[in-house]
Amino acid sequence: MKTPDVTAALGDKKLQLAIYSATARLGERRRETITSDHEELRQYAHDIKKHTLDHLDFYLEQLERNVEARGGKVIWAKDGAEACAFIQNLARKRGVKVIVKSKSMTTEEIHLNEHLEEVGIEAVETDLGEYILQLGGEKPFHIIAPALHKTKEDVSDIFEKHLHSKRETSPEGLTKIARVALREKFLEAGMGITGANFLVADSGAIVLVENEGNARLSSSAPKIHVAVSGIEKVIPRAQDLGVFLKLLARSATGQPLSVYTSFLAGAKREGEPDGPEEFYLVLLDNGRTRLLADESKRQSLYCIRCGACLNHCPVYRKIGGYNYPWVYSGPIGKILTPQFMGIEHDPWLPFASSLCGACGEVCPVKIEIPRILLELRSDKVANDPDRAELWSFKVWAWVMRHPKFYARLAPLALSAAPPVGPVKKWLSQRDLPVPPAKSFRDLWKERSK
Amino acid sequence: MTSRDEILSKARAALSRNTGDPVPPPPAVLLREGPTEHLVEQFTAALEALAGNVVVVKTCEEAQVAVDKALNGRTFIRSTGTRDAIAQVEVGITSADYALADTGSLVMFTESNESRLLSLLPPCHIAVIERSKIVACLDDVFRLRPLPGARSSAMVVITGPSRTADIEMRLVRGVHGPGEIHVIIIDDVTRSP
Repeated sequence: MKTPDVTAALGDKKLQLAIYSATARLGERRRETITSDHEELRQYAHDIKKHTLDHLDFYLEQLERNVEARGGKVIWAKDGAEACAFIQNLARKRGVKVIVKSKSMTTEEIHLNEHLEEVGIEAVETDLGEYILQLGGEKPFHIIAPALHKTKEDVSDIFEKHLHSKRETSPEGLTKIARVALREKFLEAGMGITGANFLVADSGAIVLVENEGNARLSSSAPKIHVAVSGIEKVIPRAQDLGVFLKLLARSATGQPLSVYTSFLAGAKREGEPDGPEEFYLVLLDNGRTRLLADESKRQSLYCIRCGACLNHCPVYRKIGGYNYPWVYSGPIGKILTPQFMGIEHDPWLPFASSLCGACGEVCPVKIEIPRILLELRSDKVANDPDRAELWSFKVWAWVMRHPKFYARLAPLALSAAPPVGPVKKWLSQRDLPVPPAKSFRDLWKERSK
Repeated sequence: MTSRDEILSKARAALSRNTGDPVPPPPAVLLREGPTEHLVEQFTAALEALAGNVVVVKTCEEAQVAVDKALNGRTFIRSTGTRDAIAQVEVGITSADYALADTGSLVMFTESNESRLLSLLPPCHIAVIERSKIVACLDDVFRLRPLPGARSSAMVVITGPSRTADIEMRLVRGVHGPGEIHVIIIDDVTRSP
């Protein structure tokens, strides 16, 4: 199994501090805002997600009917190529040159920006963190705090190089530079593209949750609004949002409510002063129906992308967001990636976990991430058994069943395990405990005398 | 087969369902009741904790004085205007359909002829509301308006000034939306503001 080399990330003290302090802060804030009824809310959210995904076809059709009843249009995309092609064509037909985008992991998943650039359309990320990364040519490091690994000096370097701004190293000053540059783009853009935190079947609506205001601007300032969402984001009723909005804001950033929650049902209606003239909802499959078929892992699709599992993961907190093979990092990435890409793509991924269980404990929709990791491990072994490992377990099992052999072999193995071959590789990531001067058996013998 | 039919049939196959199979009702809705006393005090404390400003006045005349004070000579648009006009002014003045006591939020529906952009583009937002608009929490709004999209293309919940923490986790206000927010609550309405 080829695993990524994480030594650079582990040795980078600045990076380690940045990840550690950001995730610790997000975790603390989460603990401060969760309420005594948190368990009840989690269970409700889990039950609603289960009910919706177990009847997904029904809710998608209901959603489609209601979006179209409000004058919006639903586009079904089997994969990223179909979604990107639709947006490219729409932009070409309407003569759109500049598109403003608000943060969306789904559009990262389908590489929408690259596809738009190919046909000469400028797609500008407008979330501050995403904007910094887009200018610097990087990918999101964290689902919620995409640029958490960048210092204010790094940001100043990027702005100086790409926006020709003066040296400015205060977060306030840097934010102002971005505000001015992006405001022009918002007013110039012919199309706004957003993701969706929730799709509401009974209302034909999408819900956008954010703190900056860029999702509101992207969905309200340009003439055309396109929302791109995975099919799994649907929930039955607007009234379910009472629970989901609380859980999302508390789990993601430790706020009672995020600054802006937009509930958007179609384009501007008659008599309304502003809003987009056209609204499109792109419903993306891209492998989701395949995940749906696996009943015991189906709950991987319940994820509301809050990032809490990343903030509490001892592995993510050391290796950071760039050592995962796909856009989704951390524990949720570890269960989504093998299921979307196939376990053979990155077979090591479900093993890169201490199985401490923190991710499952903080998940606001109660996805049993540790159990799914174990299932994926077993899928990997079934798909591609490691002979050497199988034999060592066989030998180990035999020794454990034969106490006399064990008594003689154990002290020998601990003191003289040869650091060669697979043992050497295994030991490169782990420390063996120092053998005690006297074994348990020796002590037992002495006592019994 | 269209992509639509293919996705839906794949989903049905994955779930062992057939077209038109019945669907049991979803779990019963869980909406909370918030404390209904001291709503103005709760609202004020919550919004001030987010660096918003709250002024409580008795009459419409006093409200006008409070608005002038918050404006402090800056250019403004009230209620609605064209996008380009709104983009030029320093302050947007709106009303709100509801205010949420527990979180200090404003809830605005587009059906009330309030512009989406007026509370968003200018660096400062002033909202003038009657005391009766304050409800305990967001769950009350979902109880009163179970289908928020029925008559409005947008319902927006605004909880404090626009903010970001994308650079070194340091809180900065006013990134894309207003960095400054004033709510003027009229306690006793003799005529509409």
